[in-house]
Amino acid sequence: MPEVRPIVLPGELIEEKKGRKLGRNVYEENGKVFSKVLGIPKVSENEITVIPLAGVYFPRVGDKVIGIIREIEVAGWFVDINSPYVAFLPLAEAVEEYIDLSRADISKYYDIGDVIFCRISKVTKSKIVQVSMRGSSQKLVGGIIIKITPSKVPRVIGKNGSMINLIKNKTGCKILVGQNGLIWIEGKEKAKAVEAILTIEKKSHIYGLTEEIEKLLMR
Amino acid sequence: MKEVELIKNGKRVDGRLPEQMREIEMLVDVVTRANGSAKVRFGNTLIVASVYGPKELYPKYLQEPETGILRCRYAMAPFSTEERKTPGPDRRSIELSKVIRIALEPAIFLEDFPRAVVDVFVEVLQADGSTRVTGINAASLALACAGIPLRDLVSACSVGKINDTLVVDLNGKEDNFSQADMSFAMLPSKDEISLLQMDGLLTKDEIKRLIEIAKNACKKIYEMQKQALREKYKGE
Amino acid sequence: MTYALELIEKGKRIDGRKFDEFRPIFLQEGVIKNAEGSARVKIGETEVIAGVKLELGTPFPDTPEEGILIVNAEFSPLASPDFEPGPPGEDAIELARVVDRGIRESKCIELEKLCLIPREKVWCVFVDIHIINHQGNLLDASALASIAALRNAKIPKVENDKIIRGDFEKQLPVIFKPINITVAKIGNNFILDPLLEEEEIANSKLSICVRDDDKICGMQKQGSGTFKFEEIEKALDLAIEKSKELRKLVK
Repeated sequence: MPEVRPIVLPGELIEEKKGRKLGRNVYEENGKVFSKVLGIPKVSENEITVIPLAGVYFPRVGDKVIGIIREIEVAGWFVDINSPYVAFLPLAEAVEEYIDLSRADISKYYDIGDVIFCRISKVTKSKIVQVSMRGSSQKLVGGIIIKITPSKVPRVIGKNGSMINLIKNKTGCKILVGQNGLIWIEGKEKAKAVEAILTIEKKSHIYGLTEEIEKLLMR
Repeated sequence: MKEVELIKNGKRVDGRLPEQMREIEMLVDVVTRANGSAKVRFGNTLIVASVYGPKELYPKYLQEPETGILRCRYAMAPFSTEERKTPGPDRRSIELSKVIRIALEPAIFLEDFPRAVVDVFVEVLQADGSTRVTGINAASLALACAGIPLRDLVSACSVGKINDTLVVDLNGKEDNFSQADMSFAMLPSKDEISLLQMDGLLTKDEIKRLIEIAKNACKKIYEMQKQALREKYKGE
Repeated sequence: MTYALELIEKGKRIDGRKFDEFRPIFLQEGVIKNAEGSARVKIGETEVIAGVKLELGTPFPDTPEEGILIVNAEFSPLASPDFEPGPPGEDAIELARVVDRGIRESKCIELEKLCLIPREKVWCVFVDIHIINHQGNLLDASALASIAALRNAKIPKVENDKIIRGDFEKQLPVIFKPINITVAKIGNNFILDPLLEEEEIANSKLSICVRDDDKICGMQKQGSGTFKFEEIEKALDLAIEKSKELRKLVK
């Protein structure tokens, strides 16, 4: 029978702090560290953190996410990143060349409904979010987009990308995974890739998942 | 008002002992479209709670730059009571919506989602006393299922005085004819009280004893809530 | 840190009061000519008027020989920039219901004496609370005004099913004087009669309604903080003690 990792509940004690750093989804009271959410604790000698089993996406600097252009502003775009917080893509972070704003219609670069794979470049304290198209970002054309619970993304990617690469290899699909739970897939066998990903989402907390996915992809 | 006999030979109308709660059932994730949800039953009182959020808060002027806000709505289905209840908020539902929010707020890390809102909906499907505390128990589970950052779960119960006897978990009839009834909620692992409402006439001493009874009942309810959450993630 | 909080941590309050001290209270009965009973209360600058009107009505089916009590509160927009025009919001509804419960559960109005024809005709006692100025502690002021207005109220004569306003038969039978005391928790300190600024920084509040015999006839916790178990007893003691002072003001 597959093993279940010990889950912690909100308010449950994880360990004494002992000088370690507080990661995400934990809080400290009287030198003890407690979980804020239903999730799986990760305790190392430097840090105590909890991976939540549910919850919306909270943007973090450096995350690569899939976003959908929602609104066109004078000098940029508002992007839906599947979060309580809408992101802003400034013109300077999206287009290399100089643009005369009094004449240009920037919708020719990114229009409403366009899908982009971009990077979270800035998050303020009150969670005002900025994204950037620099680096390995791109506009995504064609393909399909599926949505999974953001907290399951690490499982879909796997250790050093092992799980997502397994799916890519066995289905021959192009897949881009956003940390915000949106996943872009393109290829003939996308249905199989989708099935694999949704299975991982449903059974993410169980050991022996890799074997199960391998079997699924063989069919 | 005439005295109604609610206790006979030490047993209550439904056969319970004074410090005995009704049969309790808890189930999570019952509303699949919600971020989190739960269904809780205490005897014949049946309540569903669902949580949506954190999500963008509109209109924008309601946004708080440093903190999220919690909104609660308590409503009774028209078929939930003996006499049909006209749909729509009445004064009692409005007060109870505020009371439930007051009970849950201390447990939530609102500062973790500035400018956003978490909506809690508590729907009474069947009412037989103690609906607000049952609602709080359900809402607490729903919040945990939704991944809302919490300091602790919130556990709640009703206690009161009927026919000069102190009791726990009042049903509808007991509630109507009680000498006093108290709604109580706490963060069980912190020993902190987040809700205290008393309707009736009690001495200070009786209040102290009732709070003690309520605390013990809430700790039992807490274990059941934790069990319900763990059930959901048991291996296959 | 706000100024009010800084002071409290040092054991002081903005207006120099002790933690358990009320602002000066001014109570005036019979201020509204057209009401059957009325009272105006000022606690510091917080001002509330309560009016009692008596109407004839049919009793509730489960209490066929008892009069009816209805309490309502209006947070008039003139009283504060935070009050919006329109039907009562959750705060006004909560205040009315808390005051109602304190009066009702104390059994201070002898409702059985308000029956004219069993199952058919009883007196309905309307207590309407009108906030005139909001400078904190609306609940205590409203409860005080309400009980003073009830003690001031007279039952009008009835002739041929018509109420003869202005012509009174007897006093409304009110045998107790329940008093509401709100205890505000700021940090680990308890203060009474909080100012608006103090209410805003308070962790939570506990309103306790006390009857003449020290029995508690209502409790309501407010605010998004919590109480420790020991603090409840402390709050109860404070409220019971203080209620005696305020009760002396009601005739």
